[in-house]
Amino acid sequence: MQMEYVGLSSINGPLVALDGVKGVAYDEMCEFTLPSGERRTGRVTMIDGERVVVQVFEGTKGMASAGPRTRFLGSPMTLPLSTEMLGRVFDGAGRPADGLGALYPDESRDINGSAINPVSRAYPRSCITTGISAIDGMATLIRGQKLPIFSGSGMKHNELAAQIVRQAKLSGEDGQFAIVFCAMGVKNDTADFFRKSFEESGALMRVTMFLNLASDPIIERILCPRCALTAAEYLAFKHGYHVLVIMTDMTSYCEAVRELSSSRGEIPSRKGFPSYLYSDLASLYERAGMIHESTGSVTQVPILTMPNDDITHPIPDLTGYITEGQIVLARELDGKGIYPPISVLPSLSRLMKDGVGEGFTREDHSPLSNQLFAAYSKTQEARSLASVIGEDELSDTDKAYIEFGNEFERRFVAQQYDEDRSLEQTLDLGWRLLTLLPKSELDRIDTAMLDKYLPRAQTGSSFLSGEGDN
Amino acid sequence: MYTVYSINGPVVRARGGTDLGAMDMVYVGSMRLIGEVVSIEGDEATIQVYEETSGLRPGEPVESTGGAMAITLGPGLIGNIFDGIARPLRALEKASGSFIVRGINVGSLDEEKKWDVTVTASVGDVLEPGAIFATLTESEMIEHRCMVPPELSGTVVSAVPDGSYTIADTILELDTGRGVVPLKLAQRWPIRRSRPFTERLPIDRPLITGQRIMDTLFPLAKGGCAALPGPFGAGKTVNQHQLAKWSDADIIVYLGCGERGNEMTQVLEEFSELEDPRSGKPILSRTVLIANTSNMPVAAREASIYTGMTIAEYYRDMGYHVAIMADSTSRWAEALREISGRLEEIPAEEGFPAYLPSRLAEFYERAGYVRTLGGGEGSVTVIGAVSPQGGDFSEPVTQNTKRFVRCFWALDRELAYARHFPAINWMTSYSEYAEELDGWYDGHVGPDFVKCRRRIQALMQEESSLMEIVKLIGSDILPEDQKLVIETARIVRSGFLQQNSFHAVDTYVPLEKQLKMMQTILYFYDRAGELVSRSIPISRLRETNVSESLIRMKYGVPNDDLSAFDDYRELIDRAVESITSEY
Repeated sequence: MQMEYVGLSSINGPLVALDGVKGVAYDEMCEFTLPSGERRTGRVTMIDGERVVVQVFEGTKGMASAGPRTRFLGSPMTLPLSTEMLGRVFDGAGRPADGLGALYPDESRDINGSAINPVSRAYPRSCITTGISAIDGMATLIRGQKLPIFSGSGMKHNELAAQIVRQAKLSGEDGQFAIVFCAMGVKNDTADFFRKSFEESGALMRVTMFLNLASDPIIERILCPRCALTAAEYLAFKHGYHVLVIMTDMTSYCEAVRELSSSRGEIPSRKGFPSYLYSDLASLYERAGMIHESTGSVTQVPILTMPNDDITHPIPDLTGYITEGQIVLARELDGKGIYPPISVLPSLSRLMKDGVGEGFTREDHSPLSNQLFAAYSKTQEARSLASVIGEDELSDTDKAYIEFGNEFERRFVAQQYDEDRSLEQTLDLGWRLLTLLPKSELDRIDTAMLDKYLPRAQTGSSFLSGEGDN
Repeated sequence: MYTVYSINGPVVRARGGTDLGAMDMVYVGSMRLIGEVVSIEGDEATIQVYEETSGLRPGEPVESTGGAMAITLGPGLIGNIFDGIARPLRALEKASGSFIVRGINVGSLDEEKKWDVTVTASVGDVLEPGAIFATLTESEMIEHRCMVPPELSGTVVSAVPDGSYTIADTILELDTGRGVVPLKLAQRWPIRRSRPFTERLPIDRPLITGQRIMDTLFPLAKGGCAALPGPFGAGKTVNQHQLAKWSDADIIVYLGCGERGNEMTQVLEEFSELEDPRSGKPILSRTVLIANTSNMPVAAREASIYTGMTIAEYYRDMGYHVAIMADSTSRWAEALREISGRLEEIPAEEGFPAYLPSRLAEFYERAGYVRTLGGGEGSVTVIGAVSPQGGDFSEPVTQNTKRFVRCFWALDRELAYARHFPAINWMTSYSEYAEELDGWYDGHVGPDFVKCRRRIQALMQEESSLMEIVKLIGSDILPEDQKLVIETARIVRSGFLQQNSFHAVDTYVPLEKQLKMMQTILYFYDRAGELVSRSIPISRLRETNVSESLIRMKYGVPNDDLSAFDDYRELIDRAVESITSEY
């Protein structure tokens, strides 16, 4: 028997309350029918005896307390799934938005997913080369990793993400590659940019898009990544795809969570965000990974714009504590015209140490990148000294560091939007840069490896002798 | 009979019964979700549920288990991995596949497994609480000693012969004077109550970690507490892993509290392959893992540190030295905050509940070096990682933790960016145990150890103030003796404090080698000082590349053959003499 409840007791932001409701389950879905005949969906978010609070996905605009009739659907929110999702576009709540009609679902799953049992996880070790030196060389992306891009408004994070999607290659044995694109609160232009970029690279048939634009309801913004990740898990763990999930912009997502929290009257913690923001973000990010019983993988590249470029803001801060590293973009490099403006020092891939080196990439990868990090960090010290006493007064070693740093930014970090560098090229470039420094400064690489690779770089064609890359 | 009245995330209120007590463990709803009563008001009980409450309805029953949240302690804990409320994750995988589903109730320990038990008590023996009545081999490294539970004592009226038994079998029957009680290989203990012991003993032995900066500059005592705070990317987890792998505790309880799933997988994989440097056995055979990853239910995260601590205390009572690594206590504090928010309590600092300091104190005070009820000695050492928001150490969790730990290993973002690992900042870290442990170092490693440490510390202190000047005017202006301080400090930084956890030799360094390294570096400082006193510029010494050789000596000298240090001394002598001869 289906009961319908007539009228609402209260309306507050995206939340409505109903009284006298019996037998409804926490997290159950419901459907509102407005007097105009319009239908909206909602989800139970709190039960207090016979009072039930429901969040309305489409928002409460135009709802009056007397009009709507509410029907509870008896189950939590599920997403219909099928491999036909590839090439399709959905809205934030997982409804087809490309006018191609409904899916013929193979199964439906709860969009909240379940936690992967840590003993069932396979530790990610195979790297994905992106053709971008600053990532491949210094913060390698590993299959099954969650590696966010920390950016700021106006920087070229979208271009970078598009380039990663275009150039990403699996090392070792190959499998089917799929992309799930999840846009939360982005402008229509941004969504268009990605769509075009997928189209140009011929990837559109491998992409599933979930779009929640800036003008769309905030509840759907909160559902959007959950739908996207449910689709990604289905493709990866049921059908063995290697799925790359691009999620942009996590900042809009977190702001939606804050908005909902405040309309629920919850006690805010830092900067007004709810105290459960960490668990909430973790419930998304932790859905990346690989499991023993399947060959597929879910790799996440969430993009977030740091408010005011502040890495200690709660959103990047909590994200950094959950994700396995981060790629940080710097306004200073962007200002110098360096693309991609990846700030190498704060960028990090936690899984890199186990996925590079002999048997994975090349034996010198790890010591080389350590040495480049250490040297570039000395460059920063030399630069700050130079800003006080002037570059002329620096010791020869410090001068060498400054030259190294400049070349490192211009040759190694910077590359063209369509330039796809092989890992070999990236590593060789790194060695050539090290030749700019006195050998005694290279204290992160053991002697045997220095003797093997350094002479090769010294005699190899040097960009310093005039044969530039551009 | 209580029934569910309201549901708000993990917080459920039930009404209509009388049979629940505060802190009782309950089964909620028809899915039998595990929960714990947090408060009772009139006929309404507030329950925190350790699993997702999605799908729960008002009116569903709440069933009492009749006691506080307790776990089963017995053979089979070692080498195993549990969730926050001690459910074995391998058994959950068997029951539900790769993803954890709700309402599965499996015992912590395998009840079918037979253990080869040696019964040490015989009929007529009078056993006190904590007395050991049987032993068995739990893993390659650990002998499990079955004890009389803390609240029981009496005379043995029957005992089984040595043989194969499961944890469900009765081993002894004890006449307590108030009836006969069967004793089994396992016992239950409520996680929020600390297990009793006879007395606390003075803390005077170090926990040897094989990590240079920790062992020499900021040592931690067995039975002590240390905090490991740092922003993300500074290496909290890698340091915790290093401690779990190499420290000389008998048993490690590794608690992944609200952290990444892949990290627990890595621990599992790596620990089953890595060998303990002292016994040559896989490290997993002395490790208990507890995983509440960041996407597992938040209420169970709050319970997980008590589960870990209870297991640690249980092995302490057998006479073992146990170290518990909690990564990270901030996630636990945030779980506390989240639940407090749902309970609509009045928040104190930054939304954390006012009882945060007392809960932290309770946890850290369960550490200690004790005489056990059974008469032996055992210890629990706690190392808690702290993840301060924005890397800012003035936030409540770091500040309150600082009050209850005496060893503070502060991780530093700048050092991490320069890939100086371990990124422990030697200027802001401290250990109050250092002096209490001097006696042990004098007796076991030699009196020079403490002297060398003090000299190194003074040197780094001096370097730090000199660097202020260098940052402003460059190092060329400094007088030669100060240049030497900077040069020596550079060797200390790169050659001694930096330690490569991924290098086969450098990942674990015995104390003797640490001492030799310090001595060699200080020898360099003293010999180079002779040059300075004869007005020979330090730049001459730099040209010889002696410093670079010293920086690499950590890789060059094998851990089991320290004779190579003589070569380094000779190298220094030769360099100094050849320079002197030119003047």
